[in-house]
Amino acid sequence: MWPMTSATQRSISDEIAHIHATAQPGETRTRLDFAPYRSSVLRHPTKQPLTVDPEDVELAAPVFGQSDVDPIEADLTLHPQGEPIGERMVVTGRVLDAEGRPVRGQLVEIWQANAAGRYVHKRDQHPAPLDPHFHGAGRCLTDDEGRYRFTTVKPGPYPWRNHDNAWRPAHIHFSLFGREFTQRLVTQMYFPGDPLFPLDPIFQSITDETARQRLIATYDHDVTTHEWATGYRWDIVLTGSHATPMEEDTDA
Amino acid sequence: MREHGPSAPTPGQTVGPFFHYALPYDDGPRLAPAGAPDTIRLHGTVYDGAGAPVPDALLEIRQADASGRVPATEGSLRRDGRFTGWGRAATDTAGRYSFRTVEPAPVRDGAAAYFAVTVFARGLLDRLFTRIYVPSHGLDGDPLLGALTEERRGTLIAMRDSDGDLRHDIRLQGDRETVFLTFPGHD
Ligand SMILES: [Fe+2]
Repeated sequence: MWPMTSATQRSISDEIAHIHATAQPGETRTRLDFAPYRSSVLRHPTKQPLTVDPEDVELAAPVFGQSDVDPIEADLTLHPQGEPIGERMVVTGRVLDAEGRPVRGQLVEIWQANAAGRYVHKRDQHPAPLDPHFHGAGRCLTDDEGRYRFTTVKPGPYPWRNHDNAWRPAHIHFSLFGREFTQRLVTQMYFPGDPLFPLDPIFQSITDETARQRLIATYDHDVTTHEWATGYRWDIVLTGSHATPMEEDTDA
Repeated sequence: MREHGPSAPTPGQTVGPFFHYALPYDDGPRLAPAGAPDTIRLHGTVYDGAGAPVPDALLEIRQADASGRVPATEGSLRRDGRFTGWGRAATDTAGRYSFRTVEPAPVRDGAAAYFAVTVFARGLLDRLFTRIYVPSHGLDGDPLLGALTEERRGTLIAMRDSDGDLRHDIRLQGDRETVFLTFPGHD
């Protein structure tokens, strides 16, 4: 099944170590050109991006509201035929802009593998069971403090074909909007202490250690609920906004 | 409760290969109803650095309406006839995307009209921003286009099909690589 040219984990880890050793300290953005993640080789721009001052349409994020999202979409464990297998958990946190202001009433979308590490996706065919009671996609709107909250099960790690014996650390995919179109973010949330972190070229495409840590949720016993679910907290900070803040967004 | 003061942004990560059951939805590419008068198709193909189509990309657009107003209207996920000025489309197995929408008008007199665009894909570690300009008036005075060579400008301007639709390809890498954008404070 594996291509003849498939690299070993050791050689991928060596490539990662080499790039990290030559990276500038404080390079906190994800690298687009990161060859240990093989699919990035032909899919990263090679020219410098052009810096522009955002204009009207770029200063206006799309607006979502209660007519877009049903509150039950925040509970991924709800299924008409039964409950999913796995560690039930709550993931909650706040969406903030770089100035520390909450992003209110904005859409948060998530998707993830089931507890066995399998996605409900035709391209995921690895031999782990699908869970008939788990679809793995959810969404919600942030509240007035910028908070989101999902109930789900903890996803398992899963294998992929980047190199021989490649495994992704367990993660939840997050999609976020800010006040401006320019603040759009898609990222992944990880769990503390995952032994796969040093081996994963996607996680390691952020060369700065401190910046990588921003993708790892914190176990929070105050979010954990008695005889029901464990709890994780993860705050998300978007890039700065450019427009003059509207009245409702200024400090109260 | 409130934290204030600057904090470092959360880094992006690739949308990965498995977003199709979560992010795209039927009305995503239909900003305006099919068959409605004065609608156009904005369509094209996403290519990688070897010129191969990218079958697992996702595009989002933000735009003004036909009178140059940028809507601040909810309802993009359940449109119900509302024009929200935002849409989302995944590429198909041939790397093609297609939106049904209205042609945006300039937001200000004499300005160029364009779609603001975000690109995601498996293999693309963080989102990319770009613009798709309507091939019409105002292009000559546009400050962004004015900062580019003729060849690079061309990667941002849609072509008009004979039936009035707009066609625009996105090249992630290579000689005719699309101009991608960054905004002040993003690095
Ligand atoms: Fe994933």
